[in-house]
Amino acid sequence: MFNWISQTIAVTALNLRTIPQRLASSGVAVVGIAGVVIVLVSVLSIATGFTAAMRDTGSVSRALVMRSGADSEMTSGLGGQEVDIIKQAPGMRREGQTAIASAELYVIIDLPKISTNTPANVPMRGIDSTAMKVREEARIIQGRMLEFGTNEVVVGRGANVNFAGLTVGNEIKSGQNTWKVVGVFEANGGIAETEIWCDARVLQGVYRRGNSYQTVLVRLDSTGTFDTFRDWLTANPQVNVQVRRETEYYAQQSRALSGLIQGVGVGIAALMGIGAVFGAILTMYTAVSTRSREIATLRALGFNTTSVVVSVLAESLALGAIGGSLGGVAAYLAFNGYQTSTMNFQTFSQVAFAFRVTPQLMVMGLVYALLMGLIGGLFPAIRAARLPIPAALREL
Amino acid sequence: MKYFPLLWSSLWRKKTRTIFTLLSIFVAFLLFGLLMTIRTAFSFGVEIAGIDRLVLIHKVSLIMPLPISYLERLKATEGVKLVSHQTWFGGVYQDPANFFAQMAVDPEPFLTLYPEFTLPPDQMAAWKADRQGAIVGVDLAKRFNWKVGDKIPIQGTIWRPKKGEIWEFNIVGLYDGEPGVDKTQFFFRYDFLDENRGRGDGLVGWYVVKIADPSRAQQMGATFDAMFANSPAETKTTTEKGFVEGFAKQVGDIGAIMVAILVAVLFTMMLVAANTMAQSVRERTSEVGVLKTLGFSNASILMLVLGESLLIAVIGGSLGLLASWAFVQQGDPTNGMLPVFMLPGRDVAIGGGLVMFLGVAAGMVPALAAMNLKITDALRRS
Repeated sequence: MFNWISQTIAVTALNLRTIPQRLASSGVAVVGIAGVVIVLVSVLSIATGFTAAMRDTGSVSRALVMRSGADSEMTSGLGGQEVDIIKQAPGMRREGQTAIASAELYVIIDLPKISTNTPANVPMRGIDSTAMKVREEARIIQGRMLEFGTNEVVVGRGANVNFAGLTVGNEIKSGQNTWKVVGVFEANGGIAETEIWCDARVLQGVYRRGNSYQTVLVRLDSTGTFDTFRDWLTANPQVNVQVRRETEYYAQQSRALSGLIQGVGVGIAALMGIGAVFGAILTMYTAVSTRSREIATLRALGFNTTSVVVSVLAESLALGAIGGSLGGVAAYLAFNGYQTSTMNFQTFSQVAFAFRVTPQLMVMGLVYALLMGLIGGLFPAIRAARLPIPAALREL
Repeated sequence: MKYFPLLWSSLWRKKTRTIFTLLSIFVAFLLFGLLMTIRTAFSFGVEIAGIDRLVLIHKVSLIMPLPISYLERLKATEGVKLVSHQTWFGGVYQDPANFFAQMAVDPEPFLTLYPEFTLPPDQMAAWKADRQGAIVGVDLAKRFNWKVGDKIPIQGTIWRPKKGEIWEFNIVGLYDGEPGVDKTQFFFRYDFLDENRGRGDGLVGWYVVKIADPSRAQQMGATFDAMFANSPAETKTTTEKGFVEGFAKQVGDIGAIMVAILVAVLFTMMLVAANTMAQSVRERTSEVGVLKTLGFSNASILMLVLGESLLIAVIGGSLGLLASWAFVQQGDPTNGMLPVFMLPGRDVAIGGGLVMFLGVAAGMVPALAAMNLKITDALRRS
């Protein structure tokens, strides 16, 4: 047993030490595997970043009330009277007589995207004066909060960097209305940071919405009072609404797009992986065939076949590990935190987010690389073990 | 051509190696075809957007409606050939996951304006006769197994009927079109929507205007926008191509991402193929020496090695392109998320060019090395 182990270690060390002699062909295998890992990790980091932005927007201690049947804030609609009734529901937080609930409008306005200089659908949200109390994570990081009753707006951090003209002190013209930007806010990295916030009552006038709203965002008394709140509203015949936890709403909003990105990413990486495995197989066959004499000599000296198999596999796993780590690091350096924005098809509005190369993704890339190395080394290893000794020694 | 048997037999000198090289090139070009298809899908058919069609939307944003009264004013403008309007319906068929585009239009000007949608004349007549009628794209009909005569209930989200939530439509026709035309849409009559919706009478989503002289598109756009300036509903006019491009850009630069991935794939595959070719030529050094001794000229040695590498590239690459084409013919695998699912002929041609490039580039270095080999060196080496 000890003999077997020492043989294996000796042959493996020999193989690994001689990798530099086969630099060109080993390099090809490493580059091939690294390329696959870069593509896999970076494409999946888009989905991770998008999902994270959506997830960080929602809070389990908030509930979103929309008209029943509406599939997004955009298509929902609530009358002023309905809003008044909603604000009386039990289970929400109150400060004195004031319900911590924000009746809101959600529209889009056309502004140029800085990166492409083409028009983009920027989401604009009309909020209640209680909105900042409902969203505890939101805070002004530059300038000041808007004054209600005026045409002042505050813009999210993502909107601030992605769309033209959204700097503090600037005015934006939209149709016949002019908005004045007075502050920039952050909100835990969520998609609210892509939005422009203004007074809901001012927006009602500008968009001719009368006294109607689209949604009511409610701060629950505690996360446990959600059921009380929902049941009271759904049982109330005066309103026709659906109540969801905010987290649930955003999870559902991100499902279609992140599913598509993940599907495309995994599909491409799987196909590329097959190509890279062929590259690795070629490399390892080359490695075995250039050394068929040495391998035959070792076996003639009495080294057993398993240690030869293990040594070939170890070499190709090493190549996989190098390629996987290089690819993961390259993807991290190139894409982590890369800011971009896309369109959320449920609301036709822009969502700004950053690519996220998480440690999990890098580990996943490495595992995939090792798998490619393993498969790539398997057949050549078997060939090396089966090499007929006399023939191999006679070769060349 | 007389050297072909020689080429062929040297190709199969080491079977496993040749097969794996072929397979890796096959995979590279299969990916090429699929990525180009995705790229086309995310440009939302910009290539077939008409240059003589202008799109008028509300200046504040696409979601704001425009009054129907603009129709007559647009029609009366000089240089306008045809005007049509569309209204986004955004309803839900059974489940929100069954998303497809639904649009309220006026049948007559709409189909004249969009000749790329083809509808049999009897179905057109049926549509004109039935206010509740709707026409659907053949791909959409296939997805839900709809036939002419089916009644389709759709839940209104933006537009709700005066009573309840459900709108009911009769499918009176199936429209078709060339590859690249979006055949996943659902069109129904605007007059039916307008009569039955609870609010929003006389409002349409946007206008599409066909102009007589496409070279004056910019000027015409400015004229329209000036006509409605300082009204409650100001407009913004772009060419349809510009409109679709702008929409695609909002989704993000998918095209650039796809090209970046492709560069990585093709670069890797070229390395693999070049390495294999070099290896296989190295192994045959003495054979090359023998060929030269027999009187093969330098040029024919060069051609032999290059030919071998080209042959591998062409076999692997064209099979890969063919496989991706066959896959794309099966239709969109995502169930309607990528309405324009096709591999454009232009991209196939580019792929063919890349196959040749790959073959030449991978074979060039070993071919030159073989050509410059001195007979004495070659024979001494073994």
